[in-house]
Amino acid sequence: MTNTLDQLAQSLSHGAIKVVDLTHTLDPDFPVIILPPEFGQCARFRMEEVSAYDHRGPAWKWHNISMSEHTGTHFDAPIHWISGRDIAGGAVDEIDVSAFVGPVVVIDCSAGAAVDADFELTPEIILEWEALNGPVPADSWVLMRTDWSKKRGVDYLNMAEDGPHSPGPTPAAIELLLQRNIRGFGTETVGTDAGQGMHYTPPYPAHYLLHGAGKYGLQCLNNLDQLPATGAVLIAAPLKIKGGTGSPLRVLALVQEAGE
Amino acid sequence: MTHPLTPPPKKDPQRRTRVPTLPPASRSRAALGLTAAAAEGRFALQHCTDCGAVQYPPRDACCKCLSVDLHWQDTDPSAKILAETRIHASPDPYFRERLPWRMGSVKLAAGPVAVCHLHGDVGRGEQVKMALKLDKAGQGVLIALPRERTPDMEDDPSLRALTAHPKHRRVLVTDARSPVTLPLVQHLLEAGASTVFIGESEGWRRWPERDRLAALERVEILPLDLTDARSVAELAGEIGGKTDILINNARFIRPGGVLGQDTVFARDEMEVNVLGLMRLAQAFGPAMASRTEDGTNSAAAFVNLLSASALVPDPAFGGFGASQAAARSICQTLRAEFRASGLRVMTVYAGPTDDTWHQPLPPPKVAPKALAHAVIEGLCEGLEDVYCGDVARDMAERWKRDAKVLEREMTGGGT
Repeated sequence: MTNTLDQLAQSLSHGAIKVVDLTHTLDPDFPVIILPPEFGQCARFRMEEVSAYDHRGPAWKWHNISMSEHTGTHFDAPIHWISGRDIAGGAVDEIDVSAFVGPVVVIDCSAGAAVDADFELTPEIILEWEALNGPVPADSWVLMRTDWSKKRGVDYLNMAEDGPHSPGPTPAAIELLLQRNIRGFGTETVGTDAGQGMHYTPPYPAHYLLHGAGKYGLQCLNNLDQLPATGAVLIAAPLKIKGGTGSPLRVLALVQEAGE
Repeated sequence: MTHPLTPPPKKDPQRRTRVPTLPPASRSRAALGLTAAAAEGRFALQHCTDCGAVQYPPRDACCKCLSVDLHWQDTDPSAKILAETRIHASPDPYFRERLPWRMGSVKLAAGPVAVCHLHGDVGRGEQVKMALKLDKAGQGVLIALPRERTPDMEDDPSLRALTAHPKHRRVLVTDARSPVTLPLVQHLLEAGASTVFIGESEGWRRWPERDRLAALERVEILPLDLTDARSVAELAGEIGGKTDILINNARFIRPGGVLGQDTVFARDEMEVNVLGLMRLAQAFGPAMASRTEDGTNSAAAFVNLLSASALVPDPAFGGFGASQAAARSICQTLRAEFRASGLRVMTVYAGPTDDTWHQPLPPPKVAPKALAHAVIEGLCEGLEDVYCGDVARDMAERWKRDAKVLEREMTGGGT
């Protein structure tokens, strides 16, 4: 019998299993969440040249980089939110590494989000999805596809005078996903919550409910249109930051090529 | 009659850009009093405390009574031109390039006779108004100006070399979102600036006033984020060679002292107000310094808007005050570094500004329009230090008189 890992390696090298990059490039111009200015803000990604094969270091080039734990495509740990602050092992360095590789399902909300910036992921949509694909598997990542990752410039945060407008889940949708005992929830927008998520009860339901239940978040994901509804494997390992509440990371998906 | 300056022709790319030369820069310590007064646009001369004599040129002792108790005092600038001459030969490289050069002797109403530069609209026997201006070497020199404004008088070549007038110059204003930007740009255009480039950080964030700026003619909004070295370098790569005046109005400010404030805001204040200024200077400075003799639209000034808390902090803005003191220090270093080029570094100090971060404070506060006006006036007058508004002027005066007393008053204990 062939070893499973050998099979996986062969499938990867033959292209039967494709590796999809779900990550945006860390770029100083990539939007971050904007809070009222009297609050502390999320640091933008910055890169400072230390040397470039010059008098500062003749044979090497390197940069100092700085950013927030929540800049770019990033992972949210339970202790990110007040509801998860007492979760044991809730910091990125404490989470069991087995949580970083696992099954992923994708709920396609792109048609709705295309016509309504405040499009909501509701329990009804999840139940419809389950009617087609079977129940959301326990301990799987659930990603909300909106194609929001294709937006650029001011359209990404889509800030208006009454705050940002971008799609996200309702509290009831998150509660239903928690009943399915998912591993975590991910989005293409700047946060796991809708732009107007502060007006739900509880405010920011994805953050509040997921992290309160010890679940994880992924945001600013890219290329979700390249994933199947079910059957892919997600690799999302945050940096091992002591006491970290989150981390920028490279998110990859393993996808079985059609017909293989 | 001054001939009005015409818009400069496009640059001939086959000609080498003229390398800047400077007028003689050495001065005695006593004579630097002229420079200090010129930097602020004051006409001050040495007065003897013992006998009251006013003397020029400055010396270490009174020319009447030999007292060494001399002080600098703002003085009546009225004078009469006794004689004038036109110099046709000079061994000095700076003046050789500008011959013939008019000079004259004037009898000051305050007493002394002085040799000085002459504005083109004044001549022998005329009553004039004397001014102290910084020359290209950054030293205070005397120039006789018309008593009343004459048409296009700022276009006189002798006077224009002593100022950083925006007329026909291309200006970069670094922060589009600042409340001072719109009035500043309007004033610059009125003063004759040919183009105003405006830096916009984080184009991915909407802001309502953008449309008003974008609608102005001769204005271009370009991406610029002072906290991002690459962004600064990219814009300098594009427009660094045609930036004649750079006005840095980017500012990060949050209220809070030192004990009660964490270092996150303080870091942002340092990133924008201090390191951002350094990045700008590093990216734009060399090209500007190489173009100070580039004709009508030569590079003229590097301007930084500061708070008067650069002199002494307001404890309600502890981290911000530190950033302002640091920025002031950087401007002073830049002044030394740009000295050989003749590029002027102008610092504009304002008291609390009338904006969201000073909203609960009582007046007086500096309105954006007033700040914009002070910047333009400083450029037109060729100043190095501008104090905008009563608070900044009063703080500067008290700071010069006794910095410790001012510190005690600003930090509690004075009534």
